[in-house]
Amino acid sequence: MTREPVAVVGIGQTRHAAARKDVSIAGLVREAALRALADAELTWADVDAVVIGKAPDFFEGVMMPELYLADALGAVGKPLMRVHTAGSVGGSTALVAARLVAARVRETVLTVAFEKQSESNAMWGLSLPVPFQQPLLAGAGGFFAPHVRAYIRRTGAPATVGTLVAYKDRRNALRNPFAHLHEHDITLERVQESPMLWDPVRYSETCPSSDGACAMVLTGRRGAARAPHPPAWVHGGAMRSEPTLFAGKDFVSPRAGRDCAADVYRQAGITDPRREIDVAELYVPFSWYEPMWLENLGFATEGEGWKLTASGATELDGDLPVNPSGGVLSTNPIGASGMLRFAEAALQVRGRAGEHQVDGARRALGHAYGGGAQFFSMWLVGSEAPDG
Amino acid sequence: MRCPRDVAIVGFAQTVHRRTSENVSETEMLLPVLREVLDRTGLAPGEAGFTCSGSSDYLAGRPFSFTLALDGVGAWPPIAESHVEMDGAWALYEAWVELLTGATDTALVYACGKSSAGDLDAVLTRQLDPYCTAPLWPGPADLAALQAQALIDAGATDETELAAVAARNRAAARDNPYAQLRGRVPMGPRRAGPLRTGDCPPVSDGAAAVVLAAGDTARRMCERPAWIRGLDHRIDPQGLGLRDLTEASSARLAAEHAGAFDAPVDTAEIHAPFTAQEVILRRALRLGPEVTVNPSGGALAANPVMVAGLVRFGEAAARIHRGESRRALAHATSGPCLQQNLVGVLEGEGP
Amino acid sequence: MSGPLTAPLVVEFPFTRSLGPVQSAFLTGLRERVVLGVRAGDGRVLVPPTEYDPGTAEELRELVEVAPTGTVTTWAWNPAPRPRQPLPTPFAWVLVRLDGADTALLHALDAPGPDAVRTGMRVRVRWAADRTGAITDIACFEPYEGEPREGEAHEDEPYESGPYIREFTDPVTGITTPARLDYTYAPGSAQSRYLAALARHRIVGERCPACRRVCVPPRGACPTCGVATREQTEVGPRGTVTTYCVVNIKARNAAIDVPYVYAHIALDGADQALHGRIAGIPCDRVRMGLRVEPVWTDGARHPDHYRPTGEPDAAYDTYKELL
Repeated sequence: MTREPVAVVGIGQTRHAAARKDVSIAGLVREAALRALADAELTWADVDAVVIGKAPDFFEGVMMPELYLADALGAVGKPLMRVHTAGSVGGSTALVAARLVAARVRETVLTVAFEKQSESNAMWGLSLPVPFQQPLLAGAGGFFAPHVRAYIRRTGAPATVGTLVAYKDRRNALRNPFAHLHEHDITLERVQESPMLWDPVRYSETCPSSDGACAMVLTGRRGAARAPHPPAWVHGGAMRSEPTLFAGKDFVSPRAGRDCAADVYRQAGITDPRREIDVAELYVPFSWYEPMWLENLGFATEGEGWKLTASGATELDGDLPVNPSGGVLSTNPIGASGMLRFAEAALQVRGRAGEHQVDGARRALGHAYGGGAQFFSMWLVGSEAPDG
Repeated sequence: MRCPRDVAIVGFAQTVHRRTSENVSETEMLLPVLREVLDRTGLAPGEAGFTCSGSSDYLAGRPFSFTLALDGVGAWPPIAESHVEMDGAWALYEAWVELLTGATDTALVYACGKSSAGDLDAVLTRQLDPYCTAPLWPGPADLAALQAQALIDAGATDETELAAVAARNRAAARDNPYAQLRGRVPMGPRRAGPLRTGDCPPVSDGAAAVVLAAGDTARRMCERPAWIRGLDHRIDPQGLGLRDLTEASSARLAAEHAGAFDAPVDTAEIHAPFTAQEVILRRALRLGPEVTVNPSGGALAANPVMVAGLVRFGEAAARIHRGESRRALAHATSGPCLQQNLVGVLEGEGP
Repeated sequence: MSGPLTAPLVVEFPFTRSLGPVQSAFLTGLRERVVLGVRAGDGRVLVPPTEYDPGTAEELRELVEVAPTGTVTTWAWNPAPRPRQPLPTPFAWVLVRLDGADTALLHALDAPGPDAVRTGMRVRVRWAADRTGAITDIACFEPYEGEPREGEAHEDEPYESGPYIREFTDPVTGITTPARLDYTYAPGSAQSRYLAALARHRIVGERCPACRRVCVPPRGACPTCGVATREQTEVGPRGTVTTYCVVNIKARNAAIDVPYVYAHIALDGADQALHGRIAGIPCDRVRMGLRVEPVWTDGARHPDHYRPTGEPDAAYDTYKELL
């Protein structure tokens, strides 16, 4: 049995902001979905199934909101699924949608991910107090900062590498009209002088809290042939999970991430990611995760990720641009953040990334992770249809 | 729809469903069920090629509640795994699709639900339109009662028939050691509209798991696999005023697409938490008197939210495993008044 | 040993909802004692209005005023109203098709008893005295003897949402919907055992029967092997700081003054680190490998913090696998 090749023929995202007070939850989701349909020059009637993802329902205070969103998503009379795999959910959702096409269960699938964090408060939603448990003493950044320190200790990286990432991603965001943060007056000095919140993580090295959504239209060979713009082809996709806490867990370079990447590369026939992948959209909510993921994903050998970052290779004009969109550091509607990575990777190989286009990008990696660095989802997309 | 690859349910396990489960965490509730289904199919923890689960943060009262359930799975080395914020029956659907792609030959599907953790009637109001309906806090029985009254007004049922539905399910549950309400259960006082307490499901805590396998792997694991001949799900708009509540149009549509009407079924496990919903579903799914409906006792006998739909698939498959059914329909529902529906057709080989 | 523990868990938040154009018009209308519907693609008037057509998914924006009177399409007596439902005394849930609308709205009907309610009965809106722009601006429906004024509302000229909203001064663009849910949290047997030991100022993990490693805090299963754990084994009290951060920003609801050190601590005998605060040493002197021990305070469930033991630092190689 052969799988149907999967093509991304439509991509849309909202304007992201701390609070999108101009729209309802439905209106937010629609803004992304309509842009994706318009990009594909398709209508609601062309969609055979909808797969939606988001992180915890407490953010909006609506249990399983996809039920009430059925009209807005054009899903009435159609199959509608809801995925939740913590922070990786945007990526997982796209993969669930891609499988429907690959298995030839559906021909054209709309996939959407969103978060409207301003309906509550992200920190409240993330850290509802649970009885008996020792409260997390440190907030979200405090959860990750010790792992950053462990990375620095393990690799001997200079303390300034994280600020280089933040400076790069925020400058990239200036080229992305949809990004939440547009810090026009940013300088490296400002980043390096920003307050040290969770030493070794500075304020400018942390992600914002955003309202936003992302959507894609996925289809098979037939749909791709009819598409008005070049599609992005899915060459590989995988999810990997490991437990939250366990003896032997490597928080700095989780095995689930390495295994997930290895599976994706195997599917895509990639043997040397550093040379064969032109651009990567990685889920980097705190700046130091860029060098950490560069190692975890095989772009650099262990202990060398920070050198790649420090060399400028991951800049927009470097030879391995990372997060040309501005990344999670510039836009973070949690449930959608993973899909934004997948979508930005697809935009790059379609040549439709506008001001943040990487010239000649033919193969791109989209990456998402979540939970206690335990849930991973990734896909590799290319400008050419996969063999076979 | 023609399935490109043969996939079957080859194993099923569930907890005894109970009104409360304060002595165990979700992980502790799930662990024996996982162990049982893996033992039955000869899989080691973490060995299944794909794992998918269904549960709800709102039901548990905690964000990311599904992450701790993973502790019971043995996810090491890391596993290919996903989660739906839906009844576990939709996790089964996702796993079925994964097997159809040919990526792997086995999948573990599980669901866990502690309906007793919160005030379930209040919790489920949070599923409703957050602007115009949720602020009124109508509970699931209130909404099901509006549906039942519409059915009575249409002349499609009466209270005698509803009481008979309740009695039949709980009588069937006598033979189901996992059920919560078994045997004679008084119809009791009116709870909402025409519905008496006996027309309503119990509040149940429970977990369930199934193993799916493809082709020859399925035959090796199970003497008589329950082959999935079709699987489809559809959704209606949520607004109660936008629908004909006496019909479950998305259930009928899902059944059509799953091929349920292509040949008669001998057994059906349908997910009808309220008696009147069984009447509606029997019509929508064209289940005549010759079909054995809910030999397990259905959701009226045990209704662990987020689990009860998966249990219907497991129960239908188990009937096929035991040679008690040749072709069975399994159904799961979600949302108020049968808003979303999943239908599967399962078959055994041979007589 | 005491049995499994439970505790109340409250999930409560005043959610702030932005409305978008259609819900904004509808709820502003209610504040002004006007009921607005929206015209769908097939010509039907939907009340309550939806932003998108349930049939075609197209955007709907053509608002239509309907009457505050209507007909019950189905009902359900609610003998025991629950907190926050529209009326405190027994009432009927009703779906009401307002005159001029083609779909029905869910709300409460104030009636003396179930015998006074039937499908097809005529009802009218009873407006709330204080209206803010919310579905509860309709206090409830009440029985009404008038005949249906067929077509009357349809004779009203449909109008665009824009012009109509301008008729309302100060349109409602957002609402606050407080929601509180009460749960009983049950951490389960393993955590209850752990907590019982903590009450005696002992930290007790559980050893996996398969891999023999010690999980702390235990959760009833070895997460890597997927098997139940029952063999209790005390760890610590001393341990090693494996990594940490210095917290300079006050977390929500945290009573601790900043700066302080939040650390991962591998207790002696445990195969994974737990977390805690380090005190009794200046923040800038805390380091990876620092040896610490718990400090307990009366009445607290968990150690208040960990302090240096004065032992020599642990060598990196002894804890690098626990990072």
